[in-house]
Amino acid sequence: MSNKLLLGRFIPGDSIVHRLDPRVKLLMSFYFVGIIFLADNWQTYLFLFLFTMVAILLTKIKLGFFIKGVRPLIWLILFTVLLQMLFSSGGTVYWSWGPIVISSYGVVNGIYIFMRFVLIIFMSTLLTLTTPPLSLADAIESLLKPLKVIHFPVYEVALMLSIALRFVPTLMDETEKIMNAQRARGVDFGEGNIFQQMRAIVPLLIPLFVSSFNRAEDLATAMEARGYQGGEGRSKYRVLSWQLADNLTILAFALVTVVLVILR
Amino acid sequence: MVMDITFKDVGYTYQVGTPFESRALHEINLTLRDHAFTAIIGHTGSGKSTLVQHLNALLKPTSGTVTIGDRVITPETNNKNLKPIRQKVGMVFQFPESQLFEETVAKDIAFGPMNFGVSEEESLKRAKEMVQLVGLKDAVLERSPFDLSGGQMRRVAIAGVLAMKPEVLILDEPTAGLDPEGRRDIMGMVQRLHQENQLTVILITHLMEDVANYADQVVVMENGGVVKVGTPREVFSNVQWLRDKQLGVPETAAFADQLIKKGFQFKQMPLTETELADELLPQLPQAGRNDNVE
Amino acid sequence: MAKIIDVTNLNYRYPQQTEHPALKDVNFSVDQGEWVAIIGHNGSGKSTLAKSIDGLLPIGEGDSGTIKVGGITLTEDSVWDIRKKIGMVFQNPDNQFVGATVEDDVAFGLENHGMPREEMVTRVHEALKRVRMLEFAKREPARLSGGQKQRVAIAGVIAQQPDIIILDEATSMLDPEGRVEVLEIVRKLKEEENMTVLSITHDIDETENANRIIVLDDGQLQESGTPEKIFAYGNRLIAMGLDVPYAERLRTALRKRGTIVPAQYLNEEGMVDWLWTSHLKM
Repeated sequence: MSNKLLLGRFIPGDSIVHRLDPRVKLLMSFYFVGIIFLADNWQTYLFLFLFTMVAILLTKIKLGFFIKGVRPLIWLILFTVLLQMLFSSGGTVYWSWGPIVISSYGVVNGIYIFMRFVLIIFMSTLLTLTTPPLSLADAIESLLKPLKVIHFPVYEVALMLSIALRFVPTLMDETEKIMNAQRARGVDFGEGNIFQQMRAIVPLLIPLFVSSFNRAEDLATAMEARGYQGGEGRSKYRVLSWQLADNLTILAFALVTVVLVILR
Repeated sequence: MVMDITFKDVGYTYQVGTPFESRALHEINLTLRDHAFTAIIGHTGSGKSTLVQHLNALLKPTSGTVTIGDRVITPETNNKNLKPIRQKVGMVFQFPESQLFEETVAKDIAFGPMNFGVSEEESLKRAKEMVQLVGLKDAVLERSPFDLSGGQMRRVAIAGVLAMKPEVLILDEPTAGLDPEGRRDIMGMVQRLHQENQLTVILITHLMEDVANYADQVVVMENGGVVKVGTPREVFSNVQWLRDKQLGVPETAAFADQLIKKGFQFKQMPLTETELADELLPQLPQAGRNDNVE
Repeated sequence: MAKIIDVTNLNYRYPQQTEHPALKDVNFSVDQGEWVAIIGHNGSGKSTLAKSIDGLLPIGEGDSGTIKVGGITLTEDSVWDIRKKIGMVFQNPDNQFVGATVEDDVAFGLENHGMPREEMVTRVHEALKRVRMLEFAKREPARLSGGQKQRVAIAGVIAQQPDIIILDEATSMLDPEGRVEVLEIVRKLKEEENMTVLSITHDIDETENANRIIVLDDGQLQESGTPEKIFAYGNRLIAMGLDVPYAERLRTALRKRGTIVPAQYLNEEGMVDWLWTSHLKM
């Protein structure tokens, strides 16, 4: 049950964003981080904000899930915004004390930085909410393919990633089971001082290591029995297919870039 | 002290208030008597494991009350005061060998009692007793638990729970994955603990033979609720009901059911092959008695 | 009939436990289309035997013997060809599930052989249909029961179209429903495809559909014969750490009470009929 929460970052759905090729989503998320630095006035920020909202609307996922993505980083964001507000000068000075100045320039810059953070988080949350981890792994594999020229083991890394993802829920279940077994033997997890808590972890970690090694050994035998001899000569069952919507997405991002350049 | 365990209107829901909320138990009313041998049966996912985790307060009900001996547990009960219950109610999980972690068997068995404040000396003394109780030789005490065979590791894990000297012993599929001999040994041991050491035993199992052979009360679960409570004979008499619920039927009851369909009559539903043979005896032609005994 | 598996004078020791051999001078063969059950208690060497046929064990000094599969002798060079002829299903349903979803897992073996994608798609579809798991094709293993995972593992075998399927205690971690489902599928495979089946188990009830049972104890072949012959051993099976089938237990209980019982082992159906006919004679 608990494993659902961990992988809960992905929310299954059938929106147009869900169906996009994961490579497009991955690339465009990175691209968005780049072009956000083109924004330098309220028009450009407003435009990017509206663009992001439209993207979120298209996912058919509640805005609440995106706001949740901001929450863990909120202190870092506010700290950065505060620094920006207090230590940049220019424009009308409202208040000053030694090197600390609150100016109109600082306030505006602070707001821009806040926007920049939130929009980047919204866009990356959009990527993880609409793309299953496995598809992301596929996208990474596909994008890394050129590295085969320099003998980077792309297939092996991809298989490793996919097996790791596949075993996350299994290991979560196992952890819960062993924790319960040790609680039944009188261990208190998450209680007492740091030293006591560290000691409580040992009866959990050792059984987890032992079982993971056993699993790895079994898995290796099973893979060998099914003819696995490394990445060479393997074909792929799961393929990514590039569709019209993917081209349109790239076009949309290109247009956004053009508009930004015009508005700045 | 009497260690009756009583469930009153107990419900349990996982992850309340999240999108992943799921109800695992509802309206459970049940009494597990002190010194009884109770078997809990039902499909995978019927709520058996969730139910038993209430027996030693690993889970608190999300509604209703669970009374364990003189302790009453409600949804509001503070987590801090639950530990003593876990000493009184020992729990052997499925594949319990996966909980072993210490360098030596002795240390691993002593781990439980020491967590409950028993001195190291006394705990190691108990380890020695328990190793014998579960049918292992003293020589294993100083060995690493990871060097033992699967069956031996399981016994060590059970010894680790017994060393806490619980009054109630819960076993979740204690013989899963063992071969027939290992299964017979473990079940024989559980029966001895029940009869000689007066332990209250609660057994979760898929093996109807074990239920027929050892239990004096059966609890049948389905979809998070209790659908039947009775003696094994009461529960297993209605073979058709068991089949409808897709529960297993003990071999003897299944066989007797076929005989009844042919036209045999039995005073009561036989549960073991000796009971069945006794019932069949007057209904079959006899050779001279004891002529053919092996 | 052609011998599809032929094992002669096999001796094996695990590298860590050199003092105690795991297999001692094992000789046996399996005919094309035969179902052979190898039964023995835990630690009797039965799993070691299964893995050695597929070349999955590290070979050390002192290990000896010949294994032939489909006429090919198992060597370091031929091992991958032999693995193509054999599909294996192991004990732990979780630890052999390689793919992230059901269909990915079934395709894993085919990917290893570099099969073109169109053919893989057809084979995966067919195989999942055979084990009645088609509707679960996109599911992740975490949301499957043990029995369902084992059915997926069998689908993985079917997709590879091997000549032999080896079940290495494939049902021992399943609940009774899961066990019945898996055995039912194997029975059908054997019937419809005439696949050779080698099943390793400690559960005597699982051997009743076999053509032949081999009893292994302490790394040695103890007995070999039809289920009727082996089941009639009664208490000798208990001594070997095994169970006695129900009908046989009842026959013994009746004999001890002085009832005239049939001289041969009868299966449950036969026993019911026999009891009814005797009852009518009274």
